[in-house]
Formats: sequence, C-alpha cells, structure tokens
Amino acid sequence: MKMPIALAEERRESSLSSKVIPKARREGPGAPNLADYDQARREFSWERARRELDGLPGGGGLNICHEAVDRHAAGPLRDHLAIRWLGKNGEISGTTYGQLLRLTSRFANLLRSLGVAKGDRVFVLAGRIPELYIAALGTLKHRVVFCPLFSAFGPEPIRARLAIGRAKVLVTTQSLYERKIKPLRAQLPFLEHIILIGEGHQTADVPGTMDYSRSMAEASDSYTIEPTDPEDAALLHFTSGTTGTPKGALHVHEAVVAHHITGKLALDFHPNDIFWCTADPGWVTGTSYGIIAPLTSGITSIVDEGDFDPARWYEILQSHKVTVWYSAPTAIRMLMKAGTDLVHRYDLRSLRFLSSVGEPLNSEAVLWSQEAFGLPFHDNWWQTETGGIMIANFASMDVRPGSMGRPLPGIEAAIVREKEDGSVEEIREPGAEGELALRPGWPSMFRAYWEDSARYKKCFAGGFYLTGDLARQDGDGYFWFVGRKDDVIKTSGHLVGPFEVESALLEHKAVAESAVIGKPDPVALEIVKAFVVLRAGFQPGEELLRELLGFARTRLGAAIAPREIEFVNSLPRTRSGKIMRRLLKARELGLPEGDISTLEAGYVHG
Amino acid sequence: MSKEEIRAVVLRVLGRIAPEADLSQLRPGARLRDQLDIDSMDLLNFVIGLHKELHVEIPEVDYPKLATLDGCVDYLAGLLKAA
Repeated sequence: MKMPIALAEERRESSLSSKVIPKARREGPGAPNLADYDQARREFSWERARRELDGLPGGGGLNICHEAVDRHAAGPLRDHLAIRWLGKNGEISGTTYGQLLRLTSRFANLLRSLGVAKGDRVFVLAGRIPELYIAALGTLKHRVVFCPLFSAFGPEPIRARLAIGRAKVLVTTQSLYERKIKPLRAQLPFLEHIILIGEGHQTADVPGTMDYSRSMAEASDSYTIEPTDPEDAALLHFTSGTTGTPKGALHVHEAVVAHHITGKLALDFHPNDIFWCTADPGWVTGTSYGIIAPLTSGITSIVDEGDFDPARWYEILQSHKVTVWYSAPTAIRMLMKAGTDLVHRYDLRSLRFLSSVGEPLNSEAVLWSQEAFGLPFHDNWWQTETGGIMIANFASMDVRPGSMGRPLPGIEAAIVREKEDGSVEEIREPGAEGELALRPGWPSMFRAYWEDSARYKKCFAGGFYLTGDLARQDGDGYFWFVGRKDDVIKTSGHLVGPFEVESALLEHKAVAESAVIGKPDPVALEIVKAFVVLRAGFQPGEELLRELLGFARTRLGAAIAPREIEFVNSLPRTRSGKIMRRLLKARELGLPEGDISTLEAGYVHG
Repeated sequence: MSKEEIRAVVLRVLGRIAPEADLSQLRPGARLRDQLDIDSMDLLNFVIGLHKELHVEIPEVDYPKLATLDGCVDYLAGLLKAA
C-alpha cells in the first residue's frame, strides 16, 4: 500500500500543466551567478568551489568560523554589517564583521578557560538572539562541535538530545533554564557547564550556572584558530526517524565549501546583498543558511527574533531593503492567506530572489508569489543529512511550480528502487516514482549519526545515499516530491519522529498504546495526530483528551506534540506486532486501506 | 456580549489549544506567546476557535491585535459591536 497517492496524482497533474514561469537571460551586475545550468554543471568541481574560500593561514586547514568571520574582519569587509538583529520588541542592533571577530574570539577563549576541548559538544538552547550566533561561531572557532536546540522544544526532546550528544556545555537563557532545564539537572550528569544569558541586559545569577555577559567580559577578544582538519567535527544536528531516539547528524568543517557555494549558486548571493533566512537555527536551515552561508559570502544577514506575522515580515523586507529572502512553505501559505493587498502596501522593490525550503512548495503558492511580489518563490530540496541545498530552482532557470528543481552542480541525484535482495537500482524512466538518492561525496554530507554507525550504514546502498524521500524526475530533469518512504511526519518544515511522540504519550497513566501519524494539513503540510488506546478503567472524553494534549505539550513542546488526539479501541498491527501507521493514515485520508491480510485478527476500528 | 463573557470565551479557546497552561496566571497586558508555549500553528487554531465560538471573521492582518489577553478582548468586543 502506498500512502502518498493523492499527493503524487496532484503533482503529476501540475507537472503536466503549462504553468511554467519562464526566465529571460539577464546580463549585468545583478545577473544570476549560475547563468546557464548545463554549462555550470559541466564546469563545476568541488576543488574549484573550495578555492573560493581562504583556508586557515599557513595551510592550517579549513575552519568554518575563519571563513565566515575572521577572513572578512581582516579585510575590506571589516566594517561591513554582518548581522542586523531585530528584537521582538522593536529593538534594532547590528554587528560588523570586525565586531563579530572579537565577540566570537571572546566566546572561544571562554570555552578554553573552561577546559572545553576539540571535539567536545556545546549545545545552545535559545531564541534568535545575538548571543546564539556568537556562541555558534565561537564554538566552531574553538574546534568544538556546535549543536543547536530549538527553543520551542519541551523538556523531553531537550533531555534526549543533550544525553545522546553528551553535551559538555549548554548555553541558554535564564527563563528557558528555569522552565526547561532546571527540572532536568539531575538527569544530565555529563553536563559540566551551563552558561546563562540574562534577560534585557540583566546578569543571570543562578546557583550552578555562569553568567554569559560577565564571562564574556572577562575573556580576551583575541584568539588564533588552531589548525583545523577539514574532516574535524563541527556541527551536530538532530533529526528524527520512524523508530528509536533522535539521530544526531554530524557534519565537519569541510561542509563550509557546500554552504558557501550553494549560497552563491542556489540562493544567488551577490556582494552587498541583504539576506533574510527566516528559519530558526534550531533546525539545519537556520544554521547552514541562517548563520554560515551569508557570512562566508560577506553579506548582511537579517536575524528577526520575533514570531511570524505577515505585516511585521513585510515591514522588515521593506525597511531593511532585503534583496534575497529564504523562507518556508508553511509561512508562505500563511502569507497567502493574509492576501495580496497587504503585500502591495509595502515597497518591496529591493527583493531580487525568493527561495523556499522545508517541504514541497505547492504550485499555487509559487504562482501567488509571482502575482504578489512579481517574483516566484524558488523551491529547493535538502535535508539535515545533506547539510546544504542539493536540488534547486535556480534564478536563471524556468520555474516549474511544484517542482523542487534540478540538482546543484557537483550533485548527482537519482531515483532508485529497492530490489528483492535489498540492493538498489536506478530507475531512469521519466516520471517513475522511487526513492530519491544521491551519490555520496559532497562536502556537507553527514559523516555519521552520532555514535550510531548501524543507522548510518543503513542509509547507503548501491553507491547511493538513500534520502527516505519518494520522488519522481520528469523528462527534463526536474525532480518532484511525492512523499516520505517511512512514517516520519513533515510538519511546518521539520521532521517529527512518531516514536518520540508515542513514547511521551505512553508515559501517561491512562495510555495503553499510541500511534502517531502526519495528518494532511493545508498550511503545515501535515500536523501531528495521535491515536490512543486507553487502559482499562479510563473513559474517553473531552476532559481526558485535554489532559493528554497538555501532558504531551508539556513534555514535547508545541512543535512536536500532537495537535489532535483520537481515542480508538485498538491499533492496527502486523502479525509481528508492528503498528501499521500507514493504515491509520490511509483511513484518515479516506483512501482504500489496501491489503490488510497481514493484520492481526480481531482488529476493530474505535 | 459583555467583555467578561468575551474573556471567558477567549480563555476557553486558549485552554483547548494549550491545556497545559495555567491561564489563571496570565498577565492580561503581556504577550500570550511570552507566557505560553504556543507557536504560530497554535495561533492559527486559536483564531479558528474564536471564529467558531463567536462567528466573527478575523482577517490575518488583525492577528497582531490578538497578541495579549486584553488585546483579544478589546478587539473582539469591537468586532461584535460592529456586527
């Protein structure tokens, strides 16, 4: 039984339609960096991409922070604005490359003074505040592994990730600490240092923690980056699978080669661009493109601490003269709901290139953006494991609304099918559905799942990295997303593992069994929906429903917790006892349930 | 509908979306998102919930007016009066 049939049909239809947004060839200073797709692919090599970076002085290797900060601070970009920070209450501040050099050096020295050494892990749990960006880059400078945690996570996802990555240092704010970390302290014996950022220029004075601003003031603002092997660990990003604990995808300093070149080719960065990536650094996009790529490119990056709000966003685009904007389908669909009239109240003529990632951008949203902004959103595809953009709609290339575009130069993508014996074969027939796969070897490919080599190995077969996404490739080489191969839920641009949610629900005394699926949603693509079987003695009802919702939200946070819970009498299982989430999903979609002969006898839909 | 009744509806809808929250502790003039762990999907569901309970259309551009509890009550009172 294949789940994403409805989606596939819809996409097949849209790919056959003639709604192509054509691109005329542009010359001159604003012309796309990638002018001709085929020529760019032919001429590309990763060695040449590497030469766009400096490397550490004296052949000392390759360090992300050096490429993002230090090299610009030592040259003509020293006084150029690196980060324009917009606070949620209207505060505005800016940090130049020169200032960022000193701040990141202070943070690196602070880590050194704590005895934090190469390869240790520094986790940061914070909203989009300047300290997060300084800590991230300072951590990389000190050759320590940076791991961002999404600040909307509840205590349980935070605990699990800190434990798997055995964090040595946690940087967080005083209020997040009080709400989410303090109750967990006893479960985090490996965590040696907690650095707290006070609210509104206050110092944090909490027993067992250090104050960020005081520690930074005491640290020297001069730091020489030690030799960094391009294969040294740099970034740890957690993602979710169908089963088991979250997986920590590990990236190395060499990833910066891909961050940089994809910024140039897929996001079309030009000198003096004002770039706004709306993603939170808690997710990979917010790190690769919210921190690293714009800085290696020497442009100005907008960081908005505030929450999504259409008027606020358009105001930011207008008043900061944003030229390149990278956002996500859920946000774009919400903007669409807010209407074109609102867009037209703002002067957005500075915008040159719009891009989107996180889940497939439906063709309606692409066509709407063309109408509203006079520019289409360019969808692209990649994932935590790939570290950077792999497949994209380019500035110079006709946009096929609904398609993720074509592979970046240097990236070989294919559609593959698993054979009976477990090996995979490439399917070359245009339009055929299969698993999207990539030839390994690009610089930002993950090097491991943290201390889980078995799961890492399972991602590779027949000379391919298998992405877990189902897709099609049309006759002209454009790729089209079809669905997930596994039961991972794609919601508001990030992945949620059903197991993590099911486990949290099972901790409630009323819950005997649970199964979690992605329920299709017009805004978020999918929302997390849980089916729950109650223990004997508990009655389904509004009150218990709310208690379970609250219970899950308290543990998991709003981003991961179910938005919907349904009580059922039993869950469909295979004879071996595996929950058939796909059957639940088929039923939710009103699709034929397919072959249920492997189902346990006696299954009753509750 | 009195402001007190509107306030009760707002709290009821909020309570359905974030049942874990202690709404009696809400500071009425402070932003909901600073006090509750709610995200933009929750806010969307909040607006849908208000629409269902009060039968009012809330255009997206007015969402910022719903940022605080007091803001919600004042805004909805205005809408209901106009209706």
